[in-house]
Amino acid sequence: METDRLIRTLAADNAYRARPVGFVLALALLAAAPFSVAMFFAELGIRPDAMTAMRNPFFDLKFLVTLALAISAMAVSLHLSRPEASAHGWAWLLLIPAGLLVAGLVSELMMPQQLPVMTRLIGSNSRICMTAVPLMSLPLLAAALIGLRRGAPSRPALTGAVAGLLSAGLAATLYASHCTDDSPLFVATWYTIATALVTAIGALVGSRVLRF
Amino acid sequence: MREREDEWTGLMLLAISGDGAAYHRLLKAVTPVLRAAARRGLARAGQPVDQSEDIVQDILLAVHLKRHTWDPEAPFAPWLFAIARNKLIDSLRRRGRRVFVNIEDFADTIPSEPAAEIAPASEVAAQLQSLPARQREVLQSIAVDSASIKDTAAKFAMSEGAVRVALHRGLAKLTAKLREQ
Repeated sequence: METDRLIRTLAADNAYRARPVGFVLALALLAAAPFSVAMFFAELGIRPDAMTAMRNPFFDLKFLVTLALAISAMAVSLHLSRPEASAHGWAWLLLIPAGLLVAGLVSELMMPQQLPVMTRLIGSNSRICMTAVPLMSLPLLAAALIGLRRGAPSRPALTGAVAGLLSAGLAATLYASHCTDDSPLFVATWYTIATALVTAIGALVGSRVLRF
Repeated sequence: MREREDEWTGLMLLAISGDGAAYHRLLKAVTPVLRAAARRGLARAGQPVDQSEDIVQDILLAVHLKRHTWDPEAPFAPWLFAIARNKLIDSLRRRGRRVFVNIEDFADTIPSEPAAEIAPASEVAAQLQSLPARQREVLQSIAVDSASIKDTAAKFAMSEGAVRVALHRGLAKLTAKLREQ
């Protein structure tokens, strides 16, 4: 086909308006959330002492960290879905959850401890954390990738990795309400490993499905 | 150069506000620049430069289908060149070479470069044949027979809305097939 003819055809389609990437991403995540929530209530559920736990600032910190991760990763992934975007200037957003976690680690370090370091680090849920967070993130990761496919990321693997952070952040928020290990040391270790796993899956799948 | 890019941004703003003629002018205006960059990319990869037209069409389709990722507050040229660079790298890779494409390849291009000896593009036409009948008919009517949306609707006894949907889906499917090949 001659290029002039193709151009005329594209111009004829000018009236078509695609929905913004952010809108599709939000819609896809909302559609996938019930699956993750169902997995959560079927297998885990909210810990019974949640009401008392809320008085423990380290319990609350878990949600602060995981939600900060999800929100900043969403902003970064939307930025990366534009072809001319560079990671500079936006990547620092991801330092917010990391900074919150470090602040938690430092303040725990300064408090008088009843439990030895190894007990706090290993906790009683590390294996569940390592499996539940990645499993619950899978529906959300799929949704995030479907939403970001509407974009045109020049760096599909990186964008997929950030989609992994986003879905792991949301899944970890759910998981945090079940887990009785509130020590920032536990969170920094096991949540991070689980998140890294999901991030790697996101990068791997993203490098294939996010190319445009 | 600067002036040219400001003009593109202006045309694109008109296009997304619904001005099809401005969109047509914009695509016509960027095509020689894309063609020159594609030829340069092919030459550098040691490929026959007369294959540039398939790449140009590949880029134009991506520009069209990813328009909504352009930020109207930002200049149009960097967005266009980022799309073009991606598609050019992709095309060259598909043709079996790994190359580095510089963003300056696009920015420095003078549109009046000689456009001699270009082989006609064949990939879009080939993939057109594999589309569902309705989408193919609508696309052919508009692209090949130069019919308007209105005329196409009358010809196939469809509503204009249905023609628009078939046109857009056809273009999207065409692009997906080009990517898979």
